[in-house]
Amino acid sequence: MFKHHVKLEKNSVLLLVFTVIVISIGGIIEILPLFRMETTIEPVKGVRPYAPLELAGYNIYIREGCYNCHSQQIRPLRDEVERYGHYSLAAESMYDHPFQWGSKRTGPDLARVGGKYSDEWHVQHLRQPRSLVPESIMPNYEHLMNRGADIENIAEDMKVLRIIGVPYSDEMIANARLDAYAQAADESDQHEGLAARYPKASLRNFDGQNTTTEMDALVAYLQVLGTLAELKNYHPAPALIAAPASEEAAND
Amino acid sequence: MSVDTSKPDYNDEVVKLFTIATIFWGIVGFTVGVFIALQMAFPALNVGEYLTFGRLRPLHTSAVIFAFGGNALFATSYFSVQRTCRTRLWNDSLSKFTFWGYQFFIVLAAIGYVTGVTQAKEYAEPEWYADLWLTIVWVSYLVVFMMTLKNREEPHIYVGNWFFLAFIVTVAVLHLVQNVSIPVSLFGAKSYPLWGGVQAAMIQWWYGHNAVGFFLTAGFLGIMYYFVPKRANRPVYSYRLSILHFWSLIFMYIWAGPHHLHYTALPDWAQTLGATFSVMLWMPSWGGMINGIMTLSGAWHKLREDPVLQFMIVSLAFYGMSTFEGPLMAIKTVNALSHYTDWTIGHVHSGALGWVGFISFGALYHLVPILWKKEGLYSMRLVSIHLWIATIGIVLYIVAMWFGGITQGLMWRAYNEFGFLEYSFVESVQAMHIPYIVRALGGILFLSGALVMVYNLYRTITGSPAKVTASGNISGGETAHV
Repeated sequence: MFKHHVKLEKNSVLLLVFTVIVISIGGIIEILPLFRMETTIEPVKGVRPYAPLELAGYNIYIREGCYNCHSQQIRPLRDEVERYGHYSLAAESMYDHPFQWGSKRTGPDLARVGGKYSDEWHVQHLRQPRSLVPESIMPNYEHLMNRGADIENIAEDMKVLRIIGVPYSDEMIANARLDAYAQAADESDQHEGLAARYPKASLRNFDGQNTTTEMDALVAYLQVLGTLAELKNYHPAPALIAAPASEEAAND
Repeated sequence: MSVDTSKPDYNDEVVKLFTIATIFWGIVGFTVGVFIALQMAFPALNVGEYLTFGRLRPLHTSAVIFAFGGNALFATSYFSVQRTCRTRLWNDSLSKFTFWGYQFFIVLAAIGYVTGVTQAKEYAEPEWYADLWLTIVWVSYLVVFMMTLKNREEPHIYVGNWFFLAFIVTVAVLHLVQNVSIPVSLFGAKSYPLWGGVQAAMIQWWYGHNAVGFFLTAGFLGIMYYFVPKRANRPVYSYRLSILHFWSLIFMYIWAGPHHLHYTALPDWAQTLGATFSVMLWMPSWGGMINGIMTLSGAWHKLREDPVLQFMIVSLAFYGMSTFEGPLMAIKTVNALSHYTDWTIGHVHSGALGWVGFISFGALYHLVPILWKKEGLYSMRLVSIHLWIATIGIVLYIVAMWFGGITQGLMWRAYNEFGFLEYSFVESVQAMHIPYIVRALGGILFLSGALVMVYNLYRTITGSPAKVTASGNISGGETAHV
């Protein structure tokens, strides 16, 4: 082996080619099957693409770097399931480009934060976290209140997402702008169609202001997190049943 | 037959530029690190919209990894590839382009972070336009390096260059696959990445862990393989060990990514593969450490006398420690406790501050007198002071994070006598207050040490030049250490 290695040491192109082969193997074996195997994403009912205003909120979540301190991935461990709810399923983040699983919990997991707190709580907490949770070390996001959400051209974003596999329909894209404004209004003629296109979307004025702000968008996004998948009728593959998640805890 | 022993006309101008950039970005990156560490202890420091932790954390990680680490790799690889190939760096214009192109990329990325332009993928935050620009710069780097190897006057390619080459080409592959995305508009910053959900997670940590494996490990082993033997004036301990650990290291690292995704929605088989290869990775990692430290066989006395060599050997010790800790944390049951906690942050920093930082400082102390043709460093005593301040800083940092991180993990899973969760989440935040302060102190010490280095290197550069002896050789500098 060491005798033949001399050939590589004397030929830079050969060394380069060999290196590329050696570093490609692991990635190919670990990554490619994830695109082919049906078992990678177990089907679960209810998961849908984000409504336009929620998508705008998702983009604010990304812009502010929330993923640096909050995970969105509940592990099937007893304490996590009791603290946060049913463990996360692959299907629940399949329309997230990019995924927001995170890697650090400086703050709590947010995978199922939707519906746990009132809009008023979220708005106040985002503006001044320590006014509600004195020990919190989260930054203040006061500026979200004063800026209009970036939704005028949200249809363009949805078109790009459709190209990369998020199933936005023509109807969704055609209504995108109106849907975005309507979602943050208490009453709108648009609501009926919006609710049909995006089941379970919260339709209301989130921040209490007349304009559709970034705060509206971010709270709309937070309120939908983890609420879409229908976990009541979800039965994991037999191998997973031994996991310590209990139905009761999951539905907290 | 006479052997031509004269030195070729090396291109050290571009190495000087990269050396200065390394020092500059190092201070920037460490300072931002100290600031965000203080933000976690004192949240009032999150002022306004642009300087929140969420925006500054990518600025810190990119500044230290890609700006400080990247420039250090450019400087040392350009320096050593010329010496080990006994030929001038290929194409002065292209190598100069890699310098200005790379600095432009750093500035482009940094402006993005602060203004909220990000892909939100850890260590790959820059948006599509910056990614495209980096691709051009990086391919130029590969071309310069490869062509210099091709032009070499030495029959063999030196082991340090295998590592540099593997680092450059693998980072290119990682960068291209990780960053495939479609911009919403050609005139806007926003894009959506092709990969989503679980596949995006796998690709992210395949990328992310190999940013560690190839950028921060293979590249810096390239530095180690040139500068440790040079400084100790001894040959590399074992040629066979270099071959064995080079190929096994680059083969195994690629598999280790899924250990960042234990117990997530990533399929179990991938998690198991990731954990298995992470544990196996311990061996080739220690192969590198042993090969580096044992290079001092027969010259151990130099370790007593030369603080620059001390920097390099301490860095190898930290490398050995963090590459033991890493496999440990990749075991699923350990990971169940450590994941999402500050233990991970401590682990990263024992590698980043201890290994990457110290081997770079060692290389800088070795390089500067040679590049600026000086007798030697302005003060060896200051090197020693830097070493001690920085080492104490790292120890404070990692002990605080071990303590804090394990506390977090235990609090999250603690149950009271009635079978309810014992602590609310925010109690675990509160418990971190003191560890966060101690960590910030450690960071301040590390930064102070680096400032001592800046002063020392500045005085070295502006000090009196090395004398030219009658035979035409320059005394001091390079020859003094040979």
